[in-house]
Amino acid sequence: MVSTAKFWREQASRYNLEGTHCLTCGSYFFPPRIVCPKCRRDGNIERYQFKGTGDVVTYTTVYQAPQNPNRQTPYTLATIKLDEGPRLLSEVICEPEEIGTGMRVRSVFRKIGEEGARGMIYYGTKFVLA
Amino acid sequence: MIRLIGIASYGAYVPSYRIKVEEIAKQWNEDPASIKSGLLVEEKSVPDLDEDTVTISVEAARAAILRAKIDPKAIGAIYVGSESHPYAVKPTATIVAAAIGAPHSTTAADFEFACKAGTAAIQACMGFVSLNKAKYGLAIGADVSQSSPGDALEYSAGAGGAAFIIGQNQVVAEIEEYASFTSDTPDFWRRDLQKYPSHSGRFTGEPAYFRHTISASEALMEKTGLRATDFDFVIFHQPNGKFPLKAAKTLGFTSAQIKPGLMVLHFGNTYSGASLIGLASVLDKASESQRILMTSFGSGAGSDAFALRVTDLIESVREKAPKVEDFLSSKKYLDYAAYAKHQGKIRM
Ligand SMILES: [Zn+2]
Repeated sequence: MVSTAKFWREQASRYNLEGTHCLTCGSYFFPPRIVCPKCRRDGNIERYQFKGTGDVVTYTTVYQAPQNPNRQTPYTLATIKLDEGPRLLSEVICEPEEIGTGMRVRSVFRKIGEEGARGMIYYGTKFVLA
Repeated sequence: MIRLIGIASYGAYVPSYRIKVEEIAKQWNEDPASIKSGLLVEEKSVPDLDEDTVTISVEAARAAILRAKIDPKAIGAIYVGSESHPYAVKPTATIVAAAIGAPHSTTAADFEFACKAGTAAIQACMGFVSLNKAKYGLAIGADVSQSSPGDALEYSAGAGGAAFIIGQNQVVAEIEEYASFTSDTPDFWRRDLQKYPSHSGRFTGEPAYFRHTISASEALMEKTGLRATDFDFVIFHQPNGKFPLKAAKTLGFTSAQIKPGLMVLHFGNTYSGASLIGLASVLDKASESQRILMTSFGSGAGSDAFALRVTDLIESVREKAPKVEDFLSSKKYLDYAAYAKHQGKIRM
C-alpha cells in the first residue's frame, strides 16, 4: 500500500479522475502530465476532470493475491480506455464471468484499501459495468 | 421577492447486495413467515466489501449534483448524519467535500443523532442558506447499520443513504415549515468503542418511536394549519414496515399516502438513510404543488417533521440521475455465509 502522504498528494486523481488536457493538440493525460510530450514548449496544459466512462480493453481475474493475503478474492482488474483517450488499470466490480472485452464501464467511489484496523482508510475510483 | 428555502436537488444510493429474511431465519432456526409478518420486511440491502458510509454518501451527493447541474463550488456547508461514520475521529464530511469538488471554504461536520442525524443536517443547512452564507448547503443521511448476529435487528439493519442540496428559490420542493420533538429516552444506544448497539425492547415502541414521531408531526400540522388530508404523501422513519403504517393510521393518513415512500420492505432499515430515501422516492413520483409530510425519528430520542411543497422544477430534473426504483431492480442475493463476510461478522 502506498504511504499516507503519497496517497494524499494523488487524491484529486484518485477521487475524481483528475488529469490534464493539452489545449494545443487536444491530447488528454491520466495520470496528469504537466508537459505535453507532443507539443513540449508549445503545449498549453489545463486540469481536466475525466467523465469516468470508457471501454474494457483487457482484463484479468485474480484468484490469489500473494502480496495481500487478506484481500477478498476473486477480483477483476482491467485496462480501461477512457472515452477521452487515456488508458488506466483499475478494479472492475463484477462477477468474473460478467466482464468482456469492449464492455462499457463507468466510475464509482469505493474503498481502495486500509492500513489495518488502526490506520487510514483509502478511498478512490473503481469501475462498474455500465 | 419571495424567498423560498427548499430542496434544490437530491440523490439516493443503495448498495446492490440483498439478503432475504428467509436466509437469515434459516441460520437461527426461526420461522421466516412470522418474522416477515411481524416486521413487514422482505429483504434488506447489504454493502459490498468496499462500501461504507463514506462511499454511500459520495455516491448520493454526486447523484444530487448531477440531477440539477449544481455547481459544487457554490456549496458552502456539508453535514453528514450517520451512526456508522468509519472514523471515530476524521469527519466523513471532509472526504465527501473532496470527492464532490467542494471548495476549501466549505464548512463541514459530521452529525450524530441515531437515525435522524440527516434531518438535523437539513435543518442546519436551511439556517445556513437563509442567512445567505452560501448558495447551497449539502445534507446527507447515510448508514451501514450494524447488528449483532442473532439479534432481532439483524433481520432489518440495511445500508443506504440520500443527499439533499438545500438552496433558495430554484428549488424542486419548498420546505414550508418544520417542527421538532426531543426528549431524553433510553430506547437504543451504543457506547463508545462498542461494535454493536444495545436496545431496551420495552422502550422502542410507544415511548420512543410513536411518541416522538406523532408529537413532531402534530406540532408541524398545528404550526402550518394543515391536516392529514392536505398532504399527498407522508413519510416516517422506517425501522420496519409496521411502525410507520401504525403511525400513519394514528395521525389519520391513508395507506395510499404512505405506500409510495415505504422503502423498508425492499432495503431494510437504512437508519439515517431511511426517511430520506423515502423522501427521495416520493420526489421521484410527485408532481407540481403536491404536499409531502416527512417525519424522521432518532433513538435517544427525537423527531424532525417537515412540510414540503413540490414545485414545477421537479419535472426538468427528475430523470437526470438514478431514481430510487433503479436500486430496486439492480440487485444480487447473498447467502448467510457471504453476508456475514460482507458485514465483517467473520473477521478476516
Ligand atoms: Zn499537446
